[in-house]
Amino acid sequence: MEGSSAESALSVSANSIRITDLTQDGDVLMFAITSQKLNSSAGVCVFREHEDFEWLQQSLFSQENVPGLQGIIFPPLPPKALPLQSNMQTKALKQLGFLALGQDWQGYCKALEFYLQQVATHPTLCKCKALDSFLINSESPGKQRGRKGIFNRLSQAVEEMRKESHKDVDNFFQNERNKNTNITALSKIATEKLIDVVMTEQKLALACGHFSTSLHLCVNQDDAAAVAFSKVCLKLSDIIEAVKQNFEKVASNNLTTLGLGLDLESRYQEAEKEMLFRRTCKLIELETVKKSTEKAKANKREVMEEFQKAVEKEFNLISSVAKEEIERFHSSRVNVLKNFLIGWCEQQLNTARECAELYSQHLEACRNMYSE
Amino acid sequence: MAASSERSPPPFPDSEEPELLEDSDDGADAFTGTSISEMDSLSPDTTGPPKDLFNTPPEDIFSDPLSDINSEPQKNVKIQSPGSDEAVDLFSDPLDDEADVISSPEVQNPVPDLLKETVETPKSDVIGKAPIDISSKPVHKNAIGARHQDIFEDPPKDSSKGSAAKKAGSAELFGDDDDDDDDDDDEDEEEEMFKEPLKAMTKKPQPSVASGPPINVFTEVKSEVKVKQHVKDDPTDLFAEEAVKAPATKPSSSGGSRTNGVHSEEQDIFSEATVELSLDSPLNDRKKKDAVKASVSAPAAPVASSSSKPPSKTLEELEEEESEDKFDLNISITNPEKIGDGMNAYMAYKVSTQTSLTMFRSKTFTVRRRFSDFLGLYEKLSEKHSQNGFIIPPPPEKSILGMTKVKVGKEDPSSAEFVERRRAALERYLQRIVSHPSLLQDPDVREFLEKEELPRAVGTQALSGAGFLKMLNKATDAVSKMTIKMNEQDVWFDEKIQDVENEEQQLRKLHVMVESLVNHRKELSGNTAVFAKSVAMLGSSEDNTALSRALSQLAEVEDRIEQLHQDQAANDFFTFSELLADYIRLLGAVRGCFDQRMKAWQRWQDAENMLQKKRESEAKLLWANKPDKLQQAKDEISEWEAKVTQFEREFERISATVQKDVIRFDKEKARDFKRQIIKYLESLLHSEQQLIKYWEAFLPEAKAIA
Repeated sequence: MEGSSAESALSVSANSIRITDLTQDGDVLMFAITSQKLNSSAGVCVFREHEDFEWLQQSLFSQENVPGLQGIIFPPLPPKALPLQSNMQTKALKQLGFLALGQDWQGYCKALEFYLQQVATHPTLCKCKALDSFLINSESPGKQRGRKGIFNRLSQAVEEMRKESHKDVDNFFQNERNKNTNITALSKIATEKLIDVVMTEQKLALACGHFSTSLHLCVNQDDAAAVAFSKVCLKLSDIIEAVKQNFEKVASNNLTTLGLGLDLESRYQEAEKEMLFRRTCKLIELETVKKSTEKAKANKREVMEEFQKAVEKEFNLISSVAKEEIERFHSSRVNVLKNFLIGWCEQQLNTARECAELYSQHLEACRNMYSE
Repeated sequence: MAASSERSPPPFPDSEEPELLEDSDDGADAFTGTSISEMDSLSPDTTGPPKDLFNTPPEDIFSDPLSDINSEPQKNVKIQSPGSDEAVDLFSDPLDDEADVISSPEVQNPVPDLLKETVETPKSDVIGKAPIDISSKPVHKNAIGARHQDIFEDPPKDSSKGSAAKKAGSAELFGDDDDDDDDDDDEDEEEEMFKEPLKAMTKKPQPSVASGPPINVFTEVKSEVKVKQHVKDDPTDLFAEEAVKAPATKPSSSGGSRTNGVHSEEQDIFSEATVELSLDSPLNDRKKKDAVKASVSAPAAPVASSSSKPPSKTLEELEEEESEDKFDLNISITNPEKIGDGMNAYMAYKVSTQTSLTMFRSKTFTVRRRFSDFLGLYEKLSEKHSQNGFIIPPPPEKSILGMTKVKVGKEDPSSAEFVERRRAALERYLQRIVSHPSLLQDPDVREFLEKEELPRAVGTQALSGAGFLKMLNKATDAVSKMTIKMNEQDVWFDEKIQDVENEEQQLRKLHVMVESLVNHRKELSGNTAVFAKSVAMLGSSEDNTALSRALSQLAEVEDRIEQLHQDQAANDFFTFSELLADYIRLLGAVRGCFDQRMKAWQRWQDAENMLQKKRESEAKLLWANKPDKLQQAKDEISEWEAKVTQFEREFERISATVQKDVIRFDKEKARDFKRQIIKYLESLLHSEQQLIKYWEAFLPEAKAIA
């Protein structure tokens, strides 16, 4: 996902794209996107809402004059986030998964940022004019909603069942499809499970908070024994507070590293699946054309053969692009996952170390508590 | 005084009596029977010699008391301790009087009667004083050995001279004591001496007399005649050696099985004294019999006085004592074991005690107890001590559900957890009991810890079934609490009662929170396990080998973390949740103490009111000029005045006890919590360190992904 050749088409540096701020205006989340111009040190800052992102994605889908566009694995755009109302929590969680967790949409911003970077670094997609205008124009890009077209997930779902099991002519793709289906499901499950873990950690942190607070209520200064007991309670309260912070840190570590990584992984697998499906559709189309060409009468045969050739060419193009894309995807996803894993591990390690340090301090303090 | 006898724990619990008597059924001779049962409690193997002793030589003694003295020299050849002979004599005396003195419950009747007689005799002066000295001995612990020797050494000379001289000698002996320990004479004690014995005696005079000497005889036979039976080495050695070195210390160790050290020592002293006087009985007539009876009363006296002593001690003294008391008693409960099948199954626990306290027979001992035994212990203790204002640690509740699961279920984790939870709770319960200085002294506690076989606790099975009854009781208590309006004079109590109530509420809140914490932990552990599984699946279907390996490593790490969470959940539970639950129960016990105090106050107030009424009626009588009834009214007034002072004193005593116990409880609580927190922190630290290890091991794996 680091196509260096792509940068010429884009006037900003792909790696500098950041979502720096987020404002909430009623139901609309507004993201502040900053990036660095390639030729100067000047920075650009634009404000975009989710609809603008959708527009960008549509524009990418419906690019013209791009051979084998359907073979491209489009970076997945996170689904639209609804500002949280308390009763929406579970719904949002179902829809967004990890991205709904965490404070102030941090994870969501990260995911959007990652999406933009992925688009910007994609060798083909970065050439799209829409991206440039999305990143640079302070005006919101055209408000007209692009039609969902063939990439609409809804229409896709109907055909999916029928076409998904269609036997592929190419073993490579057949294998890839099988693996993809498998991993998509698994990564989704893993993500969900990690969400459960994180949620429980957050619940634990909350419970620790309550516990620590109520320990403060046990304070009583009446006599020596009560004072001693109060001291013990306060100490315990501190300790539980430490435990709470530990849980919060661990949860946020899980969220910002492995969680995002797994989420991205599962969405990317989904995107690959879509691409493979598009190719399968094309394949089916080609096969139908072939059949009808065979059946066609002599006078029409020539036209049909012409048409068949065109379709075949397109299909081959898509297949070759898809092959490249798949290779690119595999190498980059391993890299991305690796980075997430390392980051995660390091953060957890740091947290554990800090925590152990804190605990041993508390322990020391406890042991000395009233030996004095 | 009625109250004082009530509060003084009988030297030998009533419950034991039937047991002893049952034992004596099979023995034709009442004495051998009793002595055997005594021995049984020490070590079953040692029954041989005493039987010997009682069966062979005493035959003639019993048959003809007069010949006893004649045969003495011969016996002295055999058993060179005069004490033993005298012990035999002593036995012979009751036999003459009444064969079933010991074997039948009627024991209680003759003795008190005789005692009353004794008090009236002119001799009572001497006799009365003597016990006081000896009873005051425990205070001078150093003196015991030496004085004991005196007692022990004097008689032999006397006895060799003749029985007539003996009487004088014994009198002398007591007289000497008198001189030595004049300063310890207390009027209070004297009073108690004469009144207490009556009651204390009624409970169990004979075993106290019988327990000392037989052992004495028997061990001396061992050491000097060297009748070596193949018995357990430890007890005999112990007795034998000590018998040779210092006779004074031996009985205390041997008697320890029944009563605490202090008691047994006193008993021993008195049984010796008894022995002295009893020699006369066969020869002399009534007068001497009186003396014997007086001497019989003597052993009981110190028991009563000593048992009534602790409460009479001042608060400071007790606190001092407590701080001095180096607690060296370690109880652990292990090996919960299911015994039996089906619904009759029960759990037995191994109760191991490790101690250097001298009141126990050995340094380590182990018994098996079942849950109802623990409940039985509590019942016994609360029956005896709750009206004293002691905080008696409550045992864990009976759980029908949990136990049924254990009974029915195979090896399922929840029942294992239940058993472990109960085991830990019982352990804490016992530890709390023995850490209470007064409860530790209780014979039932020691019996529970030491005695091989405990009579099956009855009524405890119904305890859970009687939960409804208990609730009723509680309800009536609550009603009476509402009706009793105590205007609290004592600021300390006023505040404390409030505090305890607040605290209980807070602890309940905390308990709920900890409970939810524990549940979340468990949930986390479960979720982590599922996550680990799904990561493992992901890893296995991953193409990239390095990534696949890393993922399966990660799955392993998560598995370990899951274990950590699980352990931590158990830690949370056992350190906090159970601790809080314990203290909620304990606070209930504390409130029970306050209630007891309030009841005492109520009694006092009622008596006060009654006195007031009596006075009014006296005034009316005076006014109405009815001298015939006046005397009766005056008597009643003085009676009620006495009652008022008694109840007032009782109230003050219970207040002091409650206060002391609550202070102790508070201290203990702070210490306990601190200990638990340290333990908890250690566990937290440990799991965090484990976590660090896991992550450190995983990091290179993650970095190795190509």
